Amino acid sequence: MAKYILKRFALMVVTVLIIATLTFFLMNLLPGSPLNEERSTNEAVQQNLEAHFNLDEPLIVQYVLYLKSIATFDFGPSIKQPTETVNSLLSRGFPISAELGIWTILTAVISGIALGVFAALKHNGLIDYIAMTVAVLGISVPNFVLATLLIQELAVNLDIFPAATWSSPAHMVLPILALATGPMAIIARLTRSSMLETLTQDYIKTARAKGLSPVKVIIKHALRNALMPVVTILGTLMAGILTGTFVIEKIFAIPGMGKYFVESINQRDYPVIMGTTVFYSVFLVFMLFLVDIAYGLLDPRIKLHDEGGG
Amino acid sequence: MDKILDIKDLHISFVTYGGEVQAVRGVNLELYRGETLAIVGESGCGKSVTANSIMKLIPSPPGKIKQGSIHFKGKDMTKLSNKEVRKIRGVDISMIFQDPMTALNPTLTIGDQLTEGIKQHRKISAKQANHHAIDMLNLVGIPNPDERMKQYPHQFSGGMRQRIVIAMALICEPELLIADEPTTALDVTIQAQILQLFQKIQRETGVSIILITHDLGIVAKVANRIAVMYAGKVIETGTRQEIFYHPNHPYTQGLLNSVPRLDQKGEKLIPIDGTPPDLFAPPDGCPFTARCPNAMEVCSRIYPFQTELSQTHAVDCWLQDERAKKYIASSL
Repeated sequence: MAKYILKRFALMVVTVLIIATLTFFLMNLLPGSPLNEERSTNEAVQQNLEAHFNLDEPLIVQYVLYLKSIATFDFGPSIKQPTETVNSLLSRGFPISAELGIWTILTAVISGIALGVFAALKHNGLIDYIAMTVAVLGISVPNFVLATLLIQELAVNLDIFPAATWSSPAHMVLPILALATGPMAIIARLTRSSMLETLTQDYIKTARAKGLSPVKVIIKHALRNALMPVVTILGTLMAGILTGTFVIEKIFAIPGMGKYFVESINQRDYPVIMGTTVFYSVFLVFMLFLVDIAYGLLDPRIKLHDEGGG
Repeated sequence: MDKILDIKDLHISFVTYGGEVQAVRGVNLELYRGETLAIVGESGCGKSVTANSIMKLIPSPPGKIKQGSIHFKGKDMTKLSNKEVRKIRGVDISMIFQDPMTALNPTLTIGDQLTEGIKQHRKISAKQANHHAIDMLNLVGIPNPDERMKQYPHQFSGGMRQRIVIAMALICEPELLIADEPTTALDVTIQAQILQLFQKIQRETGVSIILITHDLGIVAKVANRIAVMYAGKVIETGTRQEIFYHPNHPYTQGLLNSVPRLDQKGEKLIPIDGTPPDLFAPPDGCPFTARCPNAMEVCSRIYPFQTELSQTHAVDCWLQDERAKKYIASSL
């Protein structure tokens, strides 16, 4: 187990390094730089600024400096917002994004699994058809379309929830709904099909033959096995939710990390781009790692080490 | 002797898109305390469906008990509510399924799966339940039961798993054990061990056993009485001696002829030609007519009455009917 974690950790470092390197060179391939703007600045000022942000150094030196900033997790000041450092932007934006993300994942996982289980138990019944229609709609409608629809109907027309910003639980409902529906639909469909398969297994019959109640048979014996595929795609879904937050935060004017990420790219604010990218990749890679661990805990047949090791 | 199970005129159908499959068509069976009854027949003859129906374990829909009664210790199982049936399942009647590789939940420990039944039905502490489980593992011959309790099914071999399944079935000391092809998925040496285990358990606990199988070798070893099923009907019942030495139904004779024997060297095996009838539309007459070497005209029209050859031996065949005997005698 310890060996497995160590090995995974090394792989995670390599992954983040590759992402960071790619981002750095792609970013520099973009035409323009953070310092050229429409209004012409004094030549000397320009040179001073470039020197200040190390932009006058050769690319390879900039790259090494940048790797150093990753290692120390200090990305320096923002170029466009001189009063802010990248770290202060991250520490302000991340809690909000994390709040949105966690609620979204919880909503999607709980409602998705519940929907899938009920659909499977009432296989080919009315509940099944309703649940699966909802699921197909949820998968087909992109979250930004759903977001605007929700704002139009529930905020503007019916005035139940506030349309934007992030200050009270009521403000959180629409963004979470918009973001969670897609993943929820995917989880519901997956849970249903995997539950249907599990319910025909022999060990379910064994459990019933023991005289266990239907609830116990379903929750203890069926659900745990049926959730394996769901756990597998959880990593991918989290990546989806993460990128979804960029769009949703923009639509609902939520001051999370997504906002800074999108703005920094538009403004070529190099330190912020690099900082947010590295932060996001570390976060995602770590989440995928957690999913793998969870998988091993759910299914005792999966051993968390390699052949020969232990 | 004390009759523990009495099945009368049982009809079970499965309603599918293609129509209604009449899997069981009027089965009568009796089981006495402490005996082993073997139900034999080829795939699809309704033997498993009959066994599953005793504990109401037939998936419904599509399965349905259309007619008949299953009296277990005087109570008609077909009339009990699901809740009442659950109190009998695992306590008074237990079941062992065919494939030990899939009969255990891969994500739960053996100990958990062994004790959950007894915890559900009896008010006992987790510690007592564990004690019981360890006793059971000892009974079925699993070494180091204390450590084994914490392990998962994938850490056991097929034979070991079947022993665990048997231990699980016996933990509440049931009066009836239904074993649905318990040795089919095992290799021959393990088969023999498991059969010996069955005999040992029956000696020690006095449990009645219904053994469902298509393997006549197993039947010869452990059964007291045998019921031969064909196309959803019991066509011949008798003691082990009666069925093996005096088979009266042509199908039973065919089955016995198709089994290799050690005492008759070089004899060719004689297969039964043809296939069983389609149970979507079962024939009016004897379902074996088309494959029967001695079929008569009446066979294809009217299902034969039961002929009792002895107190324990009964057969559904026109050839054994009094009138047929007279006819055969007069034509000679």
